[in-house]
Amino acid sequence: MRRPRGGSPEPPTRVAALSVTPLQDLCGIITPNGLHYERHHAGTPTIDPLEHWLIVHGMVQQPMIFTIEDVRRFPSVSRIHFLECSGNTQNWRAPKPELTVQDTHGLLSCCEWTGVPLATILAEAGVQPEAKWMLAEGADAAAMTRSIPIEKALDDALLAYAQNGERLRPEQGYPLRLLLPGYEGNASVKWLRRLKLGAEPFETREETSKYTMVMPDGETRQFNFVMQAKSVITFPSGGQRLGPPGFYEISGLAWSGLGKVARVEVTTDGGASWRDAALQEPVMSKCLTRFRSPWRWDGGPATLSSRVTDDTGYVQPTREALLKERDVRSYYHYNAIQNWSVAAGGAVVNAG
Amino acid sequence: MPDRIARGVTLAFAATLAAGVVRAGEPYGIGRPATPQEIAGWDIDVSPSGAGLPPGRGDVQQGEAIFTAKCAACHGVHGEGKPMDALVGGIGTISTPKPHKTVGSFWPYATTLFDYVRRAMPLNAPQSLTPDEVYSVSAYVLFLNGIVPQDTTLDADNLAKIKMPNRNGFVSAYPAPEAGAKP
Repeated sequence: MRRPRGGSPEPPTRVAALSVTPLQDLCGIITPNGLHYERHHAGTPTIDPLEHWLIVHGMVQQPMIFTIEDVRRFPSVSRIHFLECSGNTQNWRAPKPELTVQDTHGLLSCCEWTGVPLATILAEAGVQPEAKWMLAEGADAAAMTRSIPIEKALDDALLAYAQNGERLRPEQGYPLRLLLPGYEGNASVKWLRRLKLGAEPFETREETSKYTMVMPDGETRQFNFVMQAKSVITFPSGGQRLGPPGFYEISGLAWSGLGKVARVEVTTDGGASWRDAALQEPVMSKCLTRFRSPWRWDGGPATLSSRVTDDTGYVQPTREALLKERDVRSYYHYNAIQNWSVAAGGAVVNAG
Repeated sequence: MPDRIARGVTLAFAATLAAGVVRAGEPYGIGRPATPQEIAGWDIDVSPSGAGLPPGRGDVQQGEAIFTAKCAACHGVHGEGKPMDALVGGIGTISTPKPHKTVGSFWPYATTLFDYVRRAMPLNAPQSLTPDEVYSVSAYVLFLNGIVPQDTTLDADNLAKIKMPNRNGFVSAYPAPEAGAKP
């Protein structure tokens, strides 16, 4: 974000509001910290951790202030979870052939997060029984806010201060962020400074004007928290080129915001036949799962796709099925099956 | 279990407690109470009920001057948008094939406008506007949308009462979809 100079501010631009993870170049399920996707609503703040406090107030028995040192004194946990922006994968319109998997799915990353269960800290303040929602506010320039259901706050929400063994990167919310496993990334508020308990949602800009889905019937759905099951082949994927005909290992990622990946199927003939892919252990809840499937390419045109089923029984929809239910007006939460076309020469392109 | 052993186990347990074992459910005693003055300094959110609206007032005319100086570069002279979001127009388009989302056509609560301008705008100097200025800018944006008349003065008593055109356009998708439900 450009800074104002000499008292005459330049208009802001959209530059650097996001960066995407190079999924096509990564192995396994862990995203290196420097390659975690970023999405900012008003830049990355520079925060002195000694000056950063977390305040918990509203419908609590005792409003509390915690320093970062305080937060780190509580019993900690480490868990591996994916984060995905709900704006990930804009395949609503006619697919652009030149897009890579980084372009289509790069607002997706997976890290080991270390922190304190939010329930532990909320218990220290004492949540009142009438509290049903929690406002989470960041210390970024947008002071970004989201309303979180109390059930989620008391379930598996984490106050994270570390990522893959080191303290959070500034772009990931240093020194403290909310981490809501399985929820759309925006709800995991970074640079967290305030939690306010209340009886009703706070109806912030990010849960009314944004992160809401206009449906074909004209209604707009808000509080679309859960990232439904989704998968994508990362090799071979858009922009890559196969060598000579012969053996290739198809590889990709599958995940669900509701639980574990139960099954991934792969097709190499555009959906005429599907076969089960192997799932790399460990398969964890609300976490990326690496899948693999052996393939002997005959050198001819092929269409490759993957389809995930999670442990709730939910099956990833086809693009046609998703488009029947809603369209580009809903913008967020595109989770349809991704197709890659392999041409006779080996070039791979996005087929939507 | 013989009494002697049971007593021994009990004693050992008591000794362990004395050595600093933490019992489940006990408060950790970490952190400190926040004072009302401290909370007031942080508590900037405004709810649809109007809770959180600060004292102050502002009118359309003042709002126009502030908007022209501090908002128009990003949102257009008349709030038509570009380079950033459009704020004006599109009322009635949300349920059409080409929804035009603006503050006027889409946002369900005037309190959200106040809250967002107060916390995040202008982008190059967020939280620099006084409460009076936020009331004024809110009044002007609502006037541009034809939601309030030109002689409007907004304050903590009347802002939350404004009925936005798309107030009933939203449905909550929470609680989370049941297993197997479509997204």
